[in-house]
Amino acid sequence: MTWEVGSYLNIGVILGLVIFIAAMLIWVERRLLGLWQERLGPNRVGWFGLLQVAADMIKIFTKEDWIPPFADRMSFVLAPAIIMVVILTSFAVIPFAPGVGVVDSNIGILFVLAMASLGAYSVMLGGLSSDNKYALLGALRAAAQMVSYEVFMGISLLGVVALSGSFNLREIVIAQSDGWYIFPQFIGFVIFLIAGIAESHRLPFDIPEAEQEICSGYHTEYSGMKFGMFFVGEYLGLVLIASLLTVLFFGGWLGPAFLPPIFWFAIKAFGFIAFFILLRAAIPRPRYDQLMTYGWLFLLPLSLLNLLVTGAIILVTQ
Amino acid sequence: MMILFYIAATVAVVSTVGVIVQSNIVHALIYLILSLLAVAVVFFSLGAPFVAVLEAIVYAGAIMVLFLFVIMMLNMGQHTLDQEKTWMAAKDWALPAGLAAILLAQLLYVLREYRVDIVPNEVGVLEVSALLFGPYVLAVELASILLLAGLVSAYHLAKK
Repeated sequence: MTWEVGSYLNIGVILGLVIFIAAMLIWVERRLLGLWQERLGPNRVGWFGLLQVAADMIKIFTKEDWIPPFADRMSFVLAPAIIMVVILTSFAVIPFAPGVGVVDSNIGILFVLAMASLGAYSVMLGGLSSDNKYALLGALRAAAQMVSYEVFMGISLLGVVALSGSFNLREIVIAQSDGWYIFPQFIGFVIFLIAGIAESHRLPFDIPEAEQEICSGYHTEYSGMKFGMFFVGEYLGLVLIASLLTVLFFGGWLGPAFLPPIFWFAIKAFGFIAFFILLRAAIPRPRYDQLMTYGWLFLLPLSLLNLLVTGAIILVTQ
Repeated sequence: MMILFYIAATVAVVSTVGVIVQSNIVHALIYLILSLLAVAVVFFSLGAPFVAVLEAIVYAGAIMVLFLFVIMMLNMGQHTLDQEKTWMAAKDWALPAGLAAILLAQLLYVLREYRVDIVPNEVGVLEVSALLFGPYVLAVELASILLLAGLVSAYHLAKK
């Protein structure tokens, strides 16, 4: 099937598949964690526990959707919607394969960064409107963490932009036909990986929701499908970061010809997702101030240096 | 593109009015973010995608987050909300609003004759950067010195 970029079929299938994959990741994550921790994980519902997600969804949809009387209704309801909207909109500029994608924008990377920075409101408004001390603590942590790591995320990408000469993600993939950017931009890759995990506040950087210290942070007061949207939104963020890493540093859909391009993309992205889940199983959570110090005193100078050296090398070789 | 411009401009005006009339500070802030995003769409429809995205990243994404951060620290309670409500009495704003409406009517009357057809002429990232590092390089450097001064003084105050 050949798809035209931006056709309604294309948009609909991408939207549906992305949400479906994000929901299935709940099961994938629990099974993989089980594998690495020498236990089984959910394997009762359906074939290998595959219907676990369906069972969870039925449960979450039929739960009471409660808005605390002391909460600020407007922001409380708006917060979970924001995270879903901004992350799903970010997928618009991701080129999945030749001819598969929603839009080829000349400002692709910047668009993703803009959406990522708007994503911070979801967590902040959720925590602030709950009127709960743990939620507020979580929101404060989230605000500082997301604003800080956004900076390094943006700067670490500039090396890739300088090498390919474009903000368009599809052109960046095509520019990698001669060699993936993981090799010339290894430092940029590592910084983007760390900043990406911090942006999607996954373990080990899930400081805004740290269960052991602050209950579950910003979504303490949420229940039912509103909580479900935060939950699925986190997995959507995971898929987005994995897709971005694939596109920016691992040549997107490029690969040997015996598999169709979309499969190469899926394999690479799934590799990153599995790596993120392994990180969760392997690394403990740092303290809040450690995260901040590490970011501003180590990652920021390193990413600036990386940009400087990349620029110098490009100037000399041209 | 013209329809896009007018819709976004209407959203920007309405949400800016929302910022002013809201007594709940968090709601006012949400309206302000919406207004900035609407302005970003206005820029986009006028053929400046780079400026549009920067507007979203810098204003809506970074500066407003800091505003919200400060509001969280201040912990505005019910009493500030009540105070704001008493400040928004109709007898205080009715006369200035009426006078401003007269001026707006006059402005619209004058602009009725004046027609400019906006021809969206897309200015890309490369053109903007070439200008920034070409004729306007002095302004860029001056702005960076200003930012540096702010950074150093913030560091000094925080150390005290």
